[in-house]
Amino acid sequence: MKLSRKFVSDYIDLDKDLDINKIAADMTNIGNEYESAGPLINCTNLVVGEVLECVMHPDSDHLHVCKVNVGNEVLNIVCGAPNVRVGLKVIVALPGAKLPGGEIKKGLIRGVESNGMLCSKAELGLDNKFLEDKDRDGIHELPLDTEVGIDAIKALGLDDEVIDFELTSNRGDLLSILGMAYELGAIYKKKVKDIDLSHQENNEDINKEFKVEIQTSSCPLFLAKKVKNVVIKESPEFIKNRLIASGIRPINNVVDISNYVMLETGQPLHYYDAKSLGDTLIVRNALDNEELTTLDGIKRCLSSEDIVISSPKEAVGLAGVMGGLSTEVEEDTKDIIIESAIFDNVKIRKTSKKVLRSEASNRFEKGLDPKRTYMAIERSCHLLEKYADATVVGGMVTYDKLNVQDKVINITCDKINKILGITILEKDVISILESLGFTVKKNKDSLEVTVPSRRIDISIEEDLVEEVGRIYGMDNIKGKLPILEVVLGKYNHTKREIRHKMAEFGLNETYSYTLIPKEEVHKFTTDNFESILVADPMSEDRNTLRYSLLYSLKEIYLYNKARNQSDISIFEMAKGFYKEDNEYKETLKLAVLMSGNYYLDIHKKKVDFYTIKGILEELFNYLGFEGRYEVKVDNNIPKEFHPGQSASIILQNELVGVIGKLHPNVVKDDVYALEINLDKVLSIHSKKMSYKDIPKFPGMEKDMAFVVKKDVSCGDIITYIKKNGGKLLTDVELFDIYEGPNVKDDEKSLAFHLTFQEQNRTLTEEEVMEVFNNLIKNIESKFNAILRDK
Amino acid sequence: MYKDKIEEIKKELQEVFKNINNLNELENIKVEYMGKNGKISLLNQMIKDIPNEEKREFGILVNELRSLFSEEYDTAKNNFEEQELNQKLASEKIDITLPGRKIKRGSLHPMTRITEEFEDIFVSMGYTVYEGPEIESDENCFQKLNLPKGHPARDAQDSFYLDGEYENYLLRSQTSTAQVRAMEECTAKGPLRIVCPGKVYRRDEDATHSHQFMQIEGLVIDENISMADLKGTLELFCKKILGEKTNVRFRPSYFPFTEPSVEVDVSCFKCNGKGCSLCKQTGWIEVLGAGMVHPNVLEMSGYDSKKYQGFAFGTGMDRFAMFKYGIPDIRTIYGNDIRFLKQFDRKDEE
Repeated sequence: MKLSRKFVSDYIDLDKDLDINKIAADMTNIGNEYESAGPLINCTNLVVGEVLECVMHPDSDHLHVCKVNVGNEVLNIVCGAPNVRVGLKVIVALPGAKLPGGEIKKGLIRGVESNGMLCSKAELGLDNKFLEDKDRDGIHELPLDTEVGIDAIKALGLDDEVIDFELTSNRGDLLSILGMAYELGAIYKKKVKDIDLSHQENNEDINKEFKVEIQTSSCPLFLAKKVKNVVIKESPEFIKNRLIASGIRPINNVVDISNYVMLETGQPLHYYDAKSLGDTLIVRNALDNEELTTLDGIKRCLSSEDIVISSPKEAVGLAGVMGGLSTEVEEDTKDIIIESAIFDNVKIRKTSKKVLRSEASNRFEKGLDPKRTYMAIERSCHLLEKYADATVVGGMVTYDKLNVQDKVINITCDKINKILGITILEKDVISILESLGFTVKKNKDSLEVTVPSRRIDISIEEDLVEEVGRIYGMDNIKGKLPILEVVLGKYNHTKREIRHKMAEFGLNETYSYTLIPKEEVHKFTTDNFESILVADPMSEDRNTLRYSLLYSLKEIYLYNKARNQSDISIFEMAKGFYKEDNEYKETLKLAVLMSGNYYLDIHKKKVDFYTIKGILEELFNYLGFEGRYEVKVDNNIPKEFHPGQSASIILQNELVGVIGKLHPNVVKDDVYALEINLDKVLSIHSKKMSYKDIPKFPGMEKDMAFVVKKDVSCGDIITYIKKNGGKLLTDVELFDIYEGPNVKDDEKSLAFHLTFQEQNRTLTEEEVMEVFNNLIKNIESKFNAILRDK
Repeated sequence: MYKDKIEEIKKELQEVFKNINNLNELENIKVEYMGKNGKISLLNQMIKDIPNEEKREFGILVNELRSLFSEEYDTAKNNFEEQELNQKLASEKIDITLPGRKIKRGSLHPMTRITEEFEDIFVSMGYTVYEGPEIESDENCFQKLNLPKGHPARDAQDSFYLDGEYENYLLRSQTSTAQVRAMEECTAKGPLRIVCPGKVYRRDEDATHSHQFMQIEGLVIDENISMADLKGTLELFCKKILGEKTNVRFRPSYFPFTEPSVEVDVSCFKCNGKGCSLCKQTGWIEVLGAGMVHPNVLEMSGYDSKKYQGFAFGTGMDRFAMFKYGIPDIRTIYGNDIRFLKQFDRKDEE
């Protein structure tokens, strides 16, 4: 909402010295934020001049050399405009003048001295929509009776200032000059002046010649009046200039008056050419697929959700949004039907979202004050009589189902103080509310507050508290800390620890988008699920909620690789989504992707399966799952993984994830990934941490190494040793794996380190060797292994 | 006679010790004098020729000689050992300017860092972190927050409804929705103190808007809660997160779920309120929306709005991350360029 200072000054007295930026800041402090504030025309040093002499420039076929009287002197100015001639009153930019196009300086133009510039309207920086061709093609011609030497912006009537407000959606009442006047009045302790609705009416009665039928529940209030014999012409300067300051293009006096009244009162109006409209006006829901050509010449296809204004034959306007072309007020229009109405704001909002947002729809959507609906139609008559020579027909067609009653709210000063946490006196509360147009009656223990009808946003005590608060100054509230019972704050430690652990492992955390392309959602998993699409995606590559995070991590890998970054070790913790039994589900997941070098030492190490498996083991061991999980090849390996280098992750007999190398069909490079279902993992608790006695007696350590066929799994041997090592065996680990010279091509050598220990005595060599030798014998036969030399 | 001999050895020893060059020579000398047939050991053979009354003196003199030898020997030995050690140490000298072995250090994403920072401040004030789902019903996301269908304030949040679920299910457009869940789940309908961080989604994309971003919502419900409590809490929080010099300003505003509502500005941390490009010359930056929980919102979730009040506040955490780390474009945050991610690999200043 662009607020013209001149316009609002009709209704509230603002001190002349009051800076526009101060007004804007004061308004912000009571909750009305603004985008910009300043003069309508951002130029300096413009005066009115008279062209005394005008001769062709000796060195040019289009430039003129003029002598221009600017009051206190006569300037020599070279001018290129085709319409410059002796006797014109013109806008002169004096040397030093600042225009949007730059600063004007004295100088020589093709050898002739030029001490200023004669300006076109376009050069003043007005928005293009306010300019006609003549405003761009030639210098502006002021009325011949304009006084020479005065400020040209003032002579144009454009010496106005504008604040462009960004209003909150509850304050539809501020989309009007009158609404703004109340806000300013409350700030500066000034009274809002009355609006002039006076006009003459002839002795005819509109109700005898014109009728309105309301056939929809979406129009609770409809008023119509008629004026006759209007003279369509240009609006007076002040109307045009105020419309311009408010951002609306002037058209002709009649159209301008409808906009002018809308700006003043906030009530959008529509004027119909009475002849084209006929004698009946119907308000009804549109038919599905009904067509209507709106004022802008566009044929609109409507639905039963829309409200139309119609003649008995056809729709003539899209209610609340835009009028129809067929009943437009034109040059030869004589008689006018004025519509002032209220339509269902939700419906208008839907229609305008579909068709177009207009100044009118913006106001209808936010809701209107029925008193203003009446006021606006009377104000229209006043202005049409005054500036369009209209004769106002007697009577008014009135359809009013609103039956609005004054809203009364009882409130105490204590309540206000309690909510705001301040101490304000009752008399100050009353004064604030009254300054905003509320009526306050002091009862025994409360205040009876009557809400002005324009404030449809106010219905409960808390709304009044806010009114008091914003004028008192929300920022004048002194902060304090709440007095509350002492309780312990809590958060999920494990989730946080996992993130930190992953970073400790050298992984970089990523945050990627939930929305991915539909084609990708079933990848990196063998789970069967129903995917979830969004109804109105911003683009096709973000139309589906991801199930696995691995698509995103793969994309991040490719993004970085394209930027020559190939050492990528990343992780992300985020949700995966799916639909099951008509319910939306989300699962917290943890995904890791690794490629390139992992240890960035001088001894670089390429990531392989065991690197990423190490990450998994470290994480699970940290979470206290040691001995409760395994990775194993089964039927659950997604086809996006390498069939020979991937496995399922099993935790306490439950499938919780997948780990392995990505299939070369997915990425050509050696890229390893894992994904686990964190919800499942977090549902399993860590083992309790508890002390075990430190052995007092020495243990005994023995090594064994075997040559086995390559397809023998190391894990199976370790499991076998653990199972059959008896109670003396406390630990077994693989300490070497070897393939190469001295071992056949299809074989490998595995070396294990075994620890034996007894809590309460020293072990004898014999008892350990017995277990040890038995293990060797059994491993040899069970795994077809050959013991290597000790 | 024996005195001369002893004196002779004594003198000899002085010369001998002077000329020893290494430990080996020293050991040879030890054998030469103190060995079984060493010069000093052999002195004992003279005892039989010494008159009885002088035997005691002889003994004393020989022992003195032995002590002298031992002293000299120990000193020499220590010297040689030290010399040898020094040589060894000198030969072990390394280039300490070579870089240390790298232990790969990962990084936590700036959004994780900001989230944890927010959480820690509020947890220290007794708030519990509450996370709701990202897919929400229209009812929880809007209706129970006093935004019925068709409400004009819904326009500010152009949401992602799920396919076939228009005005029914959506990707949540605000974390305020977690408030509703927490209030509904609170069976006692009594005091509540929560913060709800999380991802939210809106149909919007440019340098300062991402279709996916992160918010945090705070909610306190109790008896006797006021705007002054809200202000004090946010002042404490803003000073903690943006620096002790930060000032906080309340401006009246409008949110359907709070009444009264305020926008919260902080003094610009770049120019300290003097006016710069970041704060558009105003000295203030808008960072939070807040207010007293609307009685309708309390009642819709089963609270007695006569007995309880509450305050709520919400903010976009991405903006804080952008401020804190000076990230100019929100798309960088979700771009996951490894060179961006790796910058967040250490402890930040306190």
